[in-house]
Amino acid sequence: MKRVIVCMKPVPDPKAWDRLKMDPVSKTLIREGIPSVVNPLDKHAVEAALEVKDLFGAEVILLSMAPLDTRPVLREVLAMGADRAVLLSDKAFAGSDTLATARILAQGIRNIGEFDLVLCGNFTIDGSTAQVPSQVAELLDVPNVMHVCDMDISKPNRLLLTQKIEQGFVKLEAEPPLLLSFTKEANKPRYISFMEILAAEKRDIHIWDNTFLNMDETLIGLEGSPTQMADLLLQTKKRKAVQITGKPEDIARELADKIHQLGII
Amino acid sequence: MEKQHIGVFVEQRGGVLHNVGPELIGKARELADISKGTVSVFLLGRDISALSDDLIALGADTVLLADSPLLETYRLLSYTSVLAQACKTYHPDILLFGATRMGIELAPRLAARLNTGLSAHCIDLRLDSKGRLLQVVPGWGGGVVATILCPHHRPQMATVMPGVMKKLTPTKRSGECIMLPVKEDLHTSGPKVLEVHIEEPKEMPLEVADVVVAGGWGIGDRKGWVLLEDLATLLCGAVGATRPPVDEGWVSENRMIGQSGKTVKPRLYIGVGISGMSHHVVGMDESDCIVAVNTDPNAAIFEVSDVAVVGDYRGILPPLMEEIRKRLPKGRIDTCELPQ
Repeated sequence: MKRVIVCMKPVPDPKAWDRLKMDPVSKTLIREGIPSVVNPLDKHAVEAALEVKDLFGAEVILLSMAPLDTRPVLREVLAMGADRAVLLSDKAFAGSDTLATARILAQGIRNIGEFDLVLCGNFTIDGSTAQVPSQVAELLDVPNVMHVCDMDISKPNRLLLTQKIEQGFVKLEAEPPLLLSFTKEANKPRYISFMEILAAEKRDIHIWDNTFLNMDETLIGLEGSPTQMADLLLQTKKRKAVQITGKPEDIARELADKIHQLGII
Repeated sequence: MEKQHIGVFVEQRGGVLHNVGPELIGKARELADISKGTVSVFLLGRDISALSDDLIALGADTVLLADSPLLETYRLLSYTSVLAQACKTYHPDILLFGATRMGIELAPRLAARLNTGLSAHCIDLRLDSKGRLLQVVPGWGGGVVATILCPHHRPQMATVMPGVMKKLTPTKRSGECIMLPVKEDLHTSGPKVLEVHIEEPKEMPLEVADVVVAGGWGIGDRKGWVLLEDLATLLCGAVGATRPPVDEGWVSENRMIGQSGKTVKPRLYIGVGISGMSHHVVGMDESDCIVAVNTDPNAAIFEVSDVAVVGDYRGILPPLMEEIRKRLPKGRIDTCELPQ
């Protein structure tokens, strides 16, 4: 295998989501002050790519569609051992839904050139739609497998994959070119040393805007997205709780009575 | 309002329907009736025509059936191809999928092929005055709820979390079953399925349990977790969890409730040692009765609870189980039945 492309996404740090605010007039989210981190599952995709590199010497390329200020997040992932990173960034990309995003990523991949594998995390923690991997694969006309919890690469032309399903698992045999998305069971992302992070700080990231990608603007961004946001609400689902206090035995009796009243016992 | 033709993809593996299919038919029936429209069910597999009567009884007008040895096991590319062809022939205005492992993989591939919009993990579906589908989705760990429209592309596609919609009681209704053509060259590309391994459920599935006893970080250790399991067993309920107990290895990942886990709506939810972050709350806040036990009187979970107990679960659960045993009818213990 010669080339593996990893799609990754910088996401707002979930530790800071409680600081998320909404502009009540424009109904858009105010992300200011919320730092970006790499989407956790994407590190498992990077690890899988690096295992292919270790075994077959494949080139590993990171690909992301994100604002320019997320470059430090890409550098951090470069430090894991990827060869280069491409950032697709343009105002025209803003507001893309999953299909428009998939079109842009697919165009980025076409511009990188031939590949054996495109690897992704199974979902991102911000949108959690898990839609982009299958959409990118469809647009590139390559097969794809989601929920991959194990990849055996000992035979490069016959990858053995284990796919998690609700009731158990499915074993699959697949041939590159192929797009795969990984769950966290797939592997353990390698440790990055401080020296590697420092070294990565100097590395270049290729920036490709739409002048370069040359995509029809009616197919990308807000305008090119088949889905539109009609409304956005911050969620409050408060109830007024009855408090039960007292000694543990009293609490237990009162709670058991409550459960009895519900008809459960 | 224009008549809406509502399609539902019904998932089966080995001839066994996933619960979410009938749930979606229930919702589709409701939306179709509002618009005086129709419900078509897409059913793919081998030797499964016997299921079509059940699907009609559950609310379908038409079952579009692709029954072929080539469709015996689910394969993404084959399913995409059959469904895309069927959509081009029957033109559903709306097409619903369960947000299952299969639906999450299949729906986006199909949406890209049909060049249409898809919303993910809907928690509610409605029609606006023009009959367009309003798709209500949670975001940002459930802290935000967005309503999505797909104004110019058809079908309007959506995936829906299992356990969110209610399936209808089967009634005697009339409907028709139409066979979909299956091309013989369906299997020329894509991964080969070597084995499908299905495990028998040994525990009460979360989505259908009447009682859910969930634990969080506050449980502290695996030993404490056993107390929680005992309480769930006593109530014929299921054990649920937030993310930390899963990460700590106290419980398996299929027990996780919330945005990246399952949605539950039991008659009784008991949350123990759970702080109440929105990621978790979005998966349980429609429970009929919510009881929370936490040592921290300011825990956010109390804001969404009906019954609040401030205290240490280690002191409260043992006497609670004693009190419950006293109230159980004789012979009730150990006779809980797993559904199906």
